Amino acid sequence: MSSVLEVRDLSVSFRTEDGSLSAVDRVSLEVGASEVLAIVGESGCGKSVTAMSLAGLLPRSARVDGSVRLDGVELIGADKRTLRSIRGREIAYIFQEPMTSLNPVFTVGSQIGEVLRTHLGASRQAARARSIELLKLVGIPSAERRVDDYPHQLSGGMRQRVMIAMAVACDPKVLIADEPTTALDVTIQAGILDVLRGLRERLGTSIVLITHDLGVVADLADRVAVMYAGRVVETAEVHELFAHPQHPYTTGLLGASPAAGRHADTHRLDEIPGLVPTLSVQPDACTFADRCGQAVDTCTTSQPQLTRSDHGLACWNPVGVS
Amino acid sequence: MTTVAVPIRTNRRKIARRILRNPLAITGLVVLVLAIVLAVFANVLAPHEPTQTQLDQAFAPPGTAGHLLGTDDLGRDVLSRIMFGLRASLHVGLLAVATSLVIGVPLGLMAGYFRAIDALISRLTDLVLAFPFLILAVGLAAIRGASLGNAAIAIGIAQIPGVIRIVRSETLRLKSLDFVAAAIVEGASDAWVLGRHILPNAASVIIVQATVAIPAAILGEAVLSFLGLGIQPPAPSLGTMLSDAQQFAARAPWAAVMPGLAIMLLTLAFNIVGDSLRDALDPKASRR
Amino acid sequence: MSRYLLHRLWQSAVTLILATIVVFAGVRALPGDPALALAGEDRDPESLRAIREQYGLDDSWLVQFWQFVSHAARGDLGQSIRTGEPVNGMIAGALPVTIELSVLAILVAGVIGVGAGVIAAVRRGRPAEWAANALALLGLSVPNFWLGLMAILYLSVALGLFPASGFVPFFTNPVANLHHLVLPAMILGTGLAAVIMRQTRSSMLDALSADYIRTAEAKGLSPRAVIGRHALRNSLIVVVTIVGLQLGALISGAVVTERIFALPGFGKLTVDAVFQRDYPVIQAVVLVTATAYIVINLLVDLLYSVIDPRIRVRGES
Ligand SMILES: Nc1ncnc2c1ncn2[C@@H]1O[C@H](COP(=O)(O)OP(=O)(O)OP(=O)(O)O)[C@@H](O)[C@H]1O
Ligand code: SF4
Ligand SMILES: [Mg+2]
Repeated sequence: MSSVLEVRDLSVSFRTEDGSLSAVDRVSLEVGASEVLAIVGESGCGKSVTAMSLAGLLPRSARVDGSVRLDGVELIGADKRTLRSIRGREIAYIFQEPMTSLNPVFTVGSQIGEVLRTHLGASRQAARARSIELLKLVGIPSAERRVDDYPHQLSGGMRQRVMIAMAVACDPKVLIADEPTTALDVTIQAGILDVLRGLRERLGTSIVLITHDLGVVADLADRVAVMYAGRVVETAEVHELFAHPQHPYTTGLLGASPAAGRHADTHRLDEIPGLVPTLSVQPDACTFADRCGQAVDTCTTSQPQLTRSDHGLACWNPVGVS
Repeated sequence: MTTVAVPIRTNRRKIARRILRNPLAITGLVVLVLAIVLAVFANVLAPHEPTQTQLDQAFAPPGTAGHLLGTDDLGRDVLSRIMFGLRASLHVGLLAVATSLVIGVPLGLMAGYFRAIDALISRLTDLVLAFPFLILAVGLAAIRGASLGNAAIAIGIAQIPGVIRIVRSETLRLKSLDFVAAAIVEGASDAWVLGRHILPNAASVIIVQATVAIPAAILGEAVLSFLGLGIQPPAPSLGTMLSDAQQFAARAPWAAVMPGLAIMLLTLAFNIVGDSLRDALDPKASRR
Repeated sequence: MSRYLLHRLWQSAVTLILATIVVFAGVRALPGDPALALAGEDRDPESLRAIREQYGLDDSWLVQFWQFVSHAARGDLGQSIRTGEPVNGMIAGALPVTIELSVLAILVAGVIGVGAGVIAAVRRGRPAEWAANALALLGLSVPNFWLGLMAILYLSVALGLFPASGFVPFFTNPVANLHHLVLPAMILGTGLAAVIMRQTRSSMLDALSADYIRTAEAKGLSPRAVIGRHALRNSLIVVVTIVGLQLGALISGAVVTERIFALPGFGKLTVDAVFQRDYPVIQAVVLVTATAYIVINLLVDLLYSVIDPRIRVRGES
C-alpha cells in the first residue's frame, strides 16, 4: 500500500526558560490512502505536538527534525508559502475544543467559505453555496439557515461538525483529527464518528485520529500507534493490537480499559498507575521502566527501539513472548 | 481546571529579585526615590525660598550662578519651586489615592462578596463615572472653593470606580477559591472571611492599582492647578508654574520646560515602577 | 427590542436620574443663599425675587427638583448671570468645537494606538515592541497640557507650522479649520493613544493565542488574514469599550487643550464659568457633560453589541 503521509524520525523539542524540552522523539508513522491511523497515549505524551508539527503549526519556540512527506513532498523545512498552500487544502485539522476553535465573531458560513476562497479562489456566492453543501455533508440540519449562524448559536456537536466541514472543504488528502470527540457528550460522539467514517468512505480521505479513547479506536481505526512519553512504543493493525498487545504499556491500557471495543463510555488511558515521566530524563533506559511490571535489567541501561515490521514494538521484554 | 487553591502570597523575596533584575525598574525606582527625597527635604535642600521674588534677577537662564535651572518672571528660583512643587504633587497624589482606597476598597469587597448589593454599587460607580474628574473638580471648586485639598478629593472620587472594579473582580476570584470556600462552609463570619482571607490576598492588586493611580493623580493635580482650580498661587505647584510660564514662555522657555519635565519624570518613574511591580507579582500579566 | 438593550437603557436612565439629583443637590450646596449665588452681582430685591420665582426656591425641594428637571428637559438651562445670554445657546455654540476636537483626537489616537498595539503584539520580543511600549509609557506619563505648550512654543511659534491658537469654523473654511485643530487633536489624543495601544497589545496577545487563531492557521490563511481579520476583529471589541471608559478622561483633556489653544469650546466655557462664578452655566455644563457621558457610553455599548455577535444574539434570545 502506498503511503499518503510518511513520517520518519520526527523529533520535536521546545526552547523553554528551563532549557530545551523534548516532546517528541524519533516518531515514525505511515498512513495509506483512505486509511485511518489512530494515535493513542495518555495526556502529555506528545500526540498533539506530533500532529501540529506535520504541517508546521508549532510555535516558533519549537525545533522540529526528521521528515514528513505528503505524497512524496517533504514538508519539514518547506518554506512558509508552500506550507500555507498545503494547510487546509491537502492536510486539514480538526481540534479538540469545538467551543473555542471557531472564531466567535464570524458566521460559520464565512469561516468555511474562507478556506474555499483562499485555496480555490471561489467567489463569495460560490463559497456560500459550497458551504451549505458541506454543512449538509456533515449532517447539519437546515444548513441553509445554519450557514449564517454564529458559532455560539450552535451546540458543541454542531460546532464540531462545522469544524469538519471546514476541514474537508478542499477535499484534503489527510485529515488530522486531534481528539475530535473528547469534549463532547457520549451521545454526540457517535454522530461525529459516523461523519468521519462517511468521509473516509465517500471521499477516500486518510485520517489521523488522535484519541484517548480505545472505544473510538476500535470503532474507526485501521492501524494504531501507541505513544508513550514522546515515542511510539507499539504499532499494529487494529485487530492485531487488540488481540495480541505486546508492549506492557499497551496491555496496561487495554487492561485498564476492559470495555475496549465497546462504545464510548470506556475508561480513559490516564488510569494506569504511576507518573508520566518527562521525556529524556533517562536517555539510556526505557522510559516506561518505572511503571513497568515486566522490567528486566536491560530496561534500565538501554533504550529499546521500535522494530520496523507490521507489528512494530519497542520493548526488551514483551508480554506473551517469553 | 482551575489552579491550585493555595493562598497565593507570592514570595516577597522572589518579587524583589524579579524587580531588581529589571534595569528599567531600577532606574524608575532610583528616580522615584530621588524625587521623594527632593520633595520631603525641600525646605533643607532648596537653594532659595520658593516664593521669594527677586525682580532684578528675573528671567535668569539655566546655569546662572545660584539658579541652576534659571528664574521666572519674578526672579523666583525655578529649581526651588520645582522641589516644593514636587512636594505638593506627591501630597495631592497620596491624598487622592488614599481617598479612593478608603472608599473604594470596602465598596469593592462588598460588591464582590455580597451579590445583593453588587448592582447597587455598580450603579454608584456608573454615577461617579458620569462626572469626569475635571467636571467634578469644577463643581467642587464652585461649591467649596479651589484648594489643594479639594483638588485631591475631586481626583480621589474620580478614581473610586477603578478601585471598586479591581477589588471587586479580585474578590470574586478569591471567593471561588477552595480555601475561602472552605472558610465560608466552616461558618466563618463574613467580616472574618473578608478581613482575614480576601483582603490580605487582594493586597497585591490593590498595591498595583495604587502605584498606577498615584501618577494619574499627580497629572490631575497639575492640570487642575494649571487651570487655577487646584493649588492657589503663590504656593508653588508644578501646574501653576506652567500656567504662569505660559505667558512668558517665548522669553523664558526654561520656566515652562523644566516643571513639565519634572512632572513627566515623576509620573514616568511611578508608571515604570507600577508596571514592573505588576509584572513581578504576576509574570503572566506582563503582557498587559 | 432586545432584552439586553432594554436593560442597558434602564441602567442608563437610572444613572441619568441619579446624576440629575447630584447636580440639583450640588446647586443647593452652593455657599450662601442660592438666589444670591444665582443672581451674581445683580442683587436688587426685584431680580432676587425673579430668580426665586424662576428656580422656585421657596417651594418644597421636591417641587424644586421637578421644576429643575422639567426646565432642563425642555432645554431651558437658565441664563448666564454674567451676560444674561441663555445658557443653552452658549452651549450650543461651544459644543461643536469640542465634539470636532474630540472626534479628531479619537481618530488620531485610534489609528496610532491600534497600529502600535498590533505591531507590539505581533513583533513580540523584538525592538519594535520595545519601542512601542516605551512610547506608550511616555504617552501615559507626559502631562498633555505641557506637551501642548511645548508644541505651541516649538512647532507653532518657532517653526510656524501650525497656528498657535484660535479657531475657524469648519463650514467657513474646512482647510483652515483642520489646520487649527490638527495640533490640539494630536495633543489631546496622546494619552488615549497610549491607553489604546496597551489595550490593543494585550488583547491582541490574548487573541493570537486563542484556539481559533490556530484554526485559522491550520486553514492555510495568510498572516495578514490571520492577524488582520481573525485576531484584530476580536481585539477591537475590547478597544471600543476602552474608548467608552476613557471618555471622561477625554472630556477632561479637552477642557485643558481648549484652554491652551484658546479654542472657543465647551472647556473654555467651563473654566470661564468657574472663574466668573457663573453658577447657572456651571450647573448646565456639569449636567450636559454627565448626560453626554451616559448617552455616549450607551451608544458605545450598542456599537459593542454590533461588533460582537455574542452579545447581540444573547440579547435577542
Ligand atoms: N508550546 C510548547 N512549549 C513547551 N512545551 C510544550 C508546548 N506544547 C506542548 N508542550 C509539551 O509537550 C508535551 C506533549 O504535549 P501534547 O500536547 O502533544 O500532549 P498530548 O499527548 O496531546 O496530550 P493531551 O492528551 O492532553 O492532549 C507536553 O509535556 C507539553 O507540556
Ligand atoms: S523495555 Fe522493559 S521496561 Fe520498557 S516496557 Fe519493555 S519490559 Fe517494560
Ligand atoms: Mg493533545
